[in-house]
Amino acid sequence: MTLKTAAPAPAAVARRAEHQARRRKGKSPYPYWFYLPAAVVYTALFLVPTFASFFFSFTRWTLTDFTFIGLDNFVQFFQEPALLKGLTNTFIYGAVTSTLKVALGMLLAVLLTSRIIARGYLRSVIFFPVLLSSIGVGIVFTVLMDPSKGMINEALAAVGIEGPAWLVDPAWALLSVAMVDVWKGVGLATVIYIAGIVSIPQEYFEAAKMDGASSVKCFFNITLPLARPATATVIILSLIGGLRSFDLIWAMTKGGPGFTSDVIASVIFKQYQAGFYGLSTAGNVVLFLIVTAIILPLSMFLNRKEVEQ
Amino acid sequence: MTTSRRRPWGSLTVGVTALAVALTGCAGGSGGSAGGGESKTITWLVDNTENTVTYAEQIAKDFNAANPNITVEVETRPQGGEGDNIVKTRLSTGDMADLFSYNSGSLFHQISPEQNLVPVTSEPYMANVSESFKPVVTAGKEVYGVPVGTGNAGAVLYNKKVYEKLGLSVPKTWSEFMANSRKIKDAGIAPIIQTYQTTWTSQLFVLGDFANVAAASPGFATDYTANKAKYATDSAAIKGFEHQEEAAKAGLFNEDFASATYAQGLEKLANGEGAQYPILSFALPEIKVTFPDKLNDIGLFPLPGEDASKNALTVWLPGGVYIPKSTKNLEEAKKFQAFIASKAGCDSQTKAVGANGPYLVKGCDLPADVPTAVKDMLPYFEDESRNSPALEYLSPVKGPALEQITVEVGSGIRSAKDAAALYDEDVTKQAKQLNLPGWN
Repeated sequence: MTLKTAAPAPAAVARRAEHQARRRKGKSPYPYWFYLPAAVVYTALFLVPTFASFFFSFTRWTLTDFTFIGLDNFVQFFQEPALLKGLTNTFIYGAVTSTLKVALGMLLAVLLTSRIIARGYLRSVIFFPVLLSSIGVGIVFTVLMDPSKGMINEALAAVGIEGPAWLVDPAWALLSVAMVDVWKGVGLATVIYIAGIVSIPQEYFEAAKMDGASSVKCFFNITLPLARPATATVIILSLIGGLRSFDLIWAMTKGGPGFTSDVIASVIFKQYQAGFYGLSTAGNVVLFLIVTAIILPLSMFLNRKEVEQ
Repeated sequence: MTTSRRRPWGSLTVGVTALAVALTGCAGGSGGSAGGGESKTITWLVDNTENTVTYAEQIAKDFNAANPNITVEVETRPQGGEGDNIVKTRLSTGDMADLFSYNSGSLFHQISPEQNLVPVTSEPYMANVSESFKPVVTAGKEVYGVPVGTGNAGAVLYNKKVYEKLGLSVPKTWSEFMANSRKIKDAGIAPIIQTYQTTWTSQLFVLGDFANVAAASPGFATDYTANKAKYATDSAAIKGFEHQEEAAKAGLFNEDFASATYAQGLEKLANGEGAQYPILSFALPEIKVTFPDKLNDIGLFPLPGEDASKNALTVWLPGGVYIPKSTKNLEEAKKFQAFIASKAGCDSQTKAVGANGPYLVKGCDLPADVPTAVKDMLPYFEDESRNSPALEYLSPVKGPALEQITVEVGSGIRSAKDAAALYDEDVTKQAKQLNLPGWN
């Protein structure tokens, strides 16, 4: 090995040069047929449906036949009375869940990287809710959050607090679902933060201690800035999740009471249910554009900061 | 990206389901014809509620006894939107069962009857079908189906024991209804049961009031279809929303109306915890199963309007049984349709699940032991001037969001006036999707 690297045979040199030349021309090391299976799957399952959905968003579609109606669906979609409420709720939901996940995830990660007993067990416990089915979690919490017979309000009543009507009070419904979403998703944020914190070299903490830094200072000046890549990942993942969230909301409130906890995804889903296929496809195109318009610049911003560091 | 894929995955799922359904359908059909000789197997697609499956199996059995060389295989599908999709997909791929049950009225128009179904207008057995049923399975000039199941009502189910104890009589006007309700409240019983966790149950104040609307402005349904009448601007039509608002403001609902479910509502009614429940009479078979000894404590009266002399019942017509053009066993399918539209057909349904309302087939009698609530309902069915089909049977225009809107009215989130206007906007989408004249 060493010998070969030190003095490569002339033939090998020639071959490598030829290979590099081919690379530069953009030639791939695989024959074309090698790509075929993946290309067929990709085209049939992703490319065609994506373009088909863009096409059908311009039609009135009954699944069997369609009429081309130009931008009417988009006009109709933006006139949808529930849409404004849905949009506002989507942003509130995305912001609340991702803020709480960042804050709680960070705190829990600091706790779980410290020297506490049963650390491995506690780390896995915080991750368990992530593995549960959203629908199951939704149904269980609907029962727990029942205003009169639910366990949560009974527990609060035992200590003399009158709990709110969680899922059926218009003012609380969306926040209640967001809290359950945080409970379910904070495990993933914590695990990402644990990885981020563990990778910070111990020398920084030791040096800071020598200089007499308090633990609060250590947290704000070492852990927080050096865990920035983890923060970026958590924010982006939870914001995408929050913006297109649907399953938990549908399982718990179906957008109700009335329209008070509707998000864009549930507005679109209800349009599918009603058989307005073209209209709801237009809604999905809009949702796709909104998520892209938020995530793309945010991701560029967060990643640029990371490089500058 | 993930979001943009969501729709194609959805349609893929529909496709795969359709394919799976189609394959099983094929297998059933070929299995039957492979039976050889004279005997044939035909298939019948019905929804999967226990009530439907029970009577469907009984009809199939009795039909086979009368026609030994034709076997009917009952297939099931889910209810609601998912079931609608399966019916539409199977029809458009030409893989529908030999017969299928589906709603009459506005949903019937959404499966393109003229394109997909075999007209049966001139079949001799159509003479048995009640004239009041034919319009709701008619598209263009042709009739396409026979009724299966019984007529139902959207009305107030009430606990007779509570009424007796408080010495109340059945209200004929809205103000009598409110007066009764206040007395019931004073007695410590929830006067009006509302169950908004099961959202569809919130619509009855509006949908069940339609007979009163039809009595006050007879042309409403036609004008409504033609985009000329609106809930918000018609003084009779908006009453349903206003009544719900008024009852909510007066605090006449059960305390847990926002979180209660349909099943809990029936329990309250049966136990006398609540006195009056505006609901569909489809609830009666469920009460029969869950609280058999309480069934005859339950009575029924139409949702009261302004005028006692015009007090009428809003009627829900049964679904139809249709034959798709794709069937290869047309003769046998028609024979089966004829059986359903005959006294023998009604009798096997009564034998299986009891009678929960009048049949829409001539010559079908109800047994003497029908539940009290059904007895209360019959006089209205017998006199045409005292009932009207619900709006969904008279007009294809029905908005999908009414149940959310009425939940908002009943919860005090939205005013009746606003709600009616919002519902008018909601139906526009449906009318446009159906390409109705006057809406585009």
